Amino acid sequence: MNIVVCVKYVPDTQAERTFNASDNTTDRVNVDGLLSELDEYAVEEALKIVEAGEGVVTVVTVGPAQASDALKKALQMGADKAVHVIDDAIHGSDALATSLVLAKAIEKVGMPDLVLTGMSSTDGIMGVVPTMLAERLGLPAVTFASDLTVGADSVTARRDGDAASQTIEAALPALVSVTDQINEPRYPSFKGIMAAKKKPVETWGLADLGLSADEVGLDAAWTKVTAFEARPPRQQGTIVKDEGDGGGKLASFLAERKFI
Amino acid sequence: MADPTTQTPLELFGTEALIDAEDRAIRDSVRAMLATQVRPHLAEWFDSGQVPARELSLELGRLGLLGMHLEGYGCAGTSATAYGLACLELEAADSGIRSLVSVQGSLAMFAIHRWGSEEHKRQWLPRMATGEAIGCFGLTEPDFGSNPAGMRTYAARVGSRDGADWVLSGTKMWITNGSIADVAVVWAATDDGIRGFLVPTDTPGFSAPAIKGKLSLRASVTSELVLDEVRLPASAMLPLARGLSGPLSCLNEARFGIIFGALGAARDCLEVTLDYVAHRQIFDKPLSAYQLTQAKLADMTLELGKGMLLALHLGRLKDAGTLRPEQVSLGKLNNVRESLAIARECRTLLGANGITVDYPVLRHANNLESVLTYEGTSEVHQLVIGQALTGQPAFR
Ligand SMILES: Cc1cc2nc3c(=O)[nH]c(=O)nc-3n(C[C@H](O)[C@H](O)[C@H](O)COP(=O)(O)OP(=O)(O)OC[C@H]3O[C@@H](n4cnc5c(N)ncnc54)[C@H](O)[C@@H]3O)c2cc1C
Repeated sequence: MNIVVCVKYVPDTQAERTFNASDNTTDRVNVDGLLSELDEYAVEEALKIVEAGEGVVTVVTVGPAQASDALKKALQMGADKAVHVIDDAIHGSDALATSLVLAKAIEKVGMPDLVLTGMSSTDGIMGVVPTMLAERLGLPAVTFASDLTVGADSVTARRDGDAASQTIEAALPALVSVTDQINEPRYPSFKGIMAAKKKPVETWGLADLGLSADEVGLDAAWTKVTAFEARPPRQQGTIVKDEGDGGGKLASFLAERKFI
Repeated sequence: MADPTTQTPLELFGTEALIDAEDRAIRDSVRAMLATQVRPHLAEWFDSGQVPARELSLELGRLGLLGMHLEGYGCAGTSATAYGLACLELEAADSGIRSLVSVQGSLAMFAIHRWGSEEHKRQWLPRMATGEAIGCFGLTEPDFGSNPAGMRTYAARVGSRDGADWVLSGTKMWITNGSIADVAVVWAATDDGIRGFLVPTDTPGFSAPAIKGKLSLRASVTSELVLDEVRLPASAMLPLARGLSGPLSCLNEARFGIIFGALGAARDCLEVTLDYVAHRQIFDKPLSAYQLTQAKLADMTLELGKGMLLALHLGRLKDAGTLRPEQVSLGKLNNVRESLAIARECRTLLGANGITVDYPVLRHANNLESVLTYEGTSEVHQLVIGQALTGQPAFR
């Protein structure tokens, strides 16, 4: 079973995240970044599938030079090889363009049996790339899988909704996006970390994928961030001093805000 | 009003930039594993004096911590600096957990790797690397700690022919992992000087009762080894180790890990304390806003950072293959002594809360009392440094 996992390099959610003042895009350079936590679940799931049988796990990312850190983490976890699509023209791409670049890269890797993704990135939090990518690759899209079983020529996934769980089956090849409920991602073992140094990482530009600069990037984007402003600092909470009437004060505080 | 952009003690020193990416990745994996598998249980393990060492060893082995800086035989073969940083994270959790790893990797596995036969290595190292087999290291005796050369444990040959069996008798004391070990590396006097033996712990005549009543390293197994005419085949002897240099080479490895490890305990104390003083209100303002508090914090940060710079420097020397034993003494003496001082000072800032297992500071301080004593006491390291400076051995 050959699996491609799409992974994204995102600003650390713990860090101070900002936009570039010049073009309102996410600042990915002046901030500590890492493999999107939600993608770790996809990498883990791919590794589990291959470990239970056989096959090759290829991780693909589209991103700036630092994005190689996300690939490295996936290789340390146990992926076999990596592809890094990097091109200045990609800067500012929207989800449509990102899915286009990913689709071309996956075709160049060679169509796998299974494409896995996280359910969304932790920076954009849109969660639309998986379906767009499936559409471009002509694959059935199974999204938000919280459980996944892979058979010889089909996958069965469980999708947990608020009111009910659906069980969905799709023929292979297929694309599946996974939730953070599906598994517990491993931390890289020392042998994994040592071995990752020797694993192959291919670096491709747009030209390698037969794409031109005007198909991607900020100018081709359907949506743009037109303005941003920092969230106002959080106000200090109200401290109620209990002078025998604390309960009443609390109740009226809640009532004023229509909590009760 | 407090400025929200504070730095941690080690951020202030900028030591992160001195660590290369692979060593950092290894360190991060250790930290992540400890956060879920170890830290939530520490207070309880220390309080009860019980640690599930067997299961824990498997977890440590899965990550690759056991014998991590050795080459081959299932070991990861990392840099010495990575090993040090792993010890630092382990000891930031608890010195007892770091002791388990030190004894397994640097004492027992290293002894076999460095001084054992090919057969010894194949028989023991792969299973010790995964944590399926646990090792201990028996050098100290009830009456011989700082001067192991005086040891009374004796290995006698049963006959004079080549290939004759050995019979070991004697008592070892304060042996980490003793009661849970599958194999004991036992150092014994012979007619041919001090030699090392691999003793499977199910050999008749071997027993390892646990030592009770410890007020330090409670999350670690410490035992007595009783060797009552333990008969071993000739092949049980480590062929390449002759004299005290055998065990001392192993101690040197473990001491190196402690140079980093002790700082982990100090870092943990300082981090907890910084958080505590920020939230503890005394006379209507946070404890962190008092000058006396800040003087303590600044002084502790200095010692932690200086210790870290020393550790990283010694790590580079070890990776370059030029680290000398007396330099290991510099690091062990300084970093354990200063870490213990930091743990005690942190305890003062936590007041009464500091004396409970709800906070790690007194647990660390108590643990560091053992660390100060084992792997060469502070006094012994002063004597090593003194000899290097003066040329005068003053041990006896
Ligand atoms: C928790 C724990 C785990 C341990 N694990 C192991 C283990 O796994 N394997 C093992 O073999 N050992 C182990 N040890 C033993 C440890 O190595 C010894 O305790 C240590 O070497 C000191 O020996 P001692 O306790 O006999 O003290 P002593 O040697 O009796 O020392 C007592 C005091 O005298 C001082 N002193 C000694 N010589 C001199 C001198 N020449 N000049 C001035 N002062 C001197 C010492 O510094 C110390 O302050 C462990 C100890 C502890 C506490």
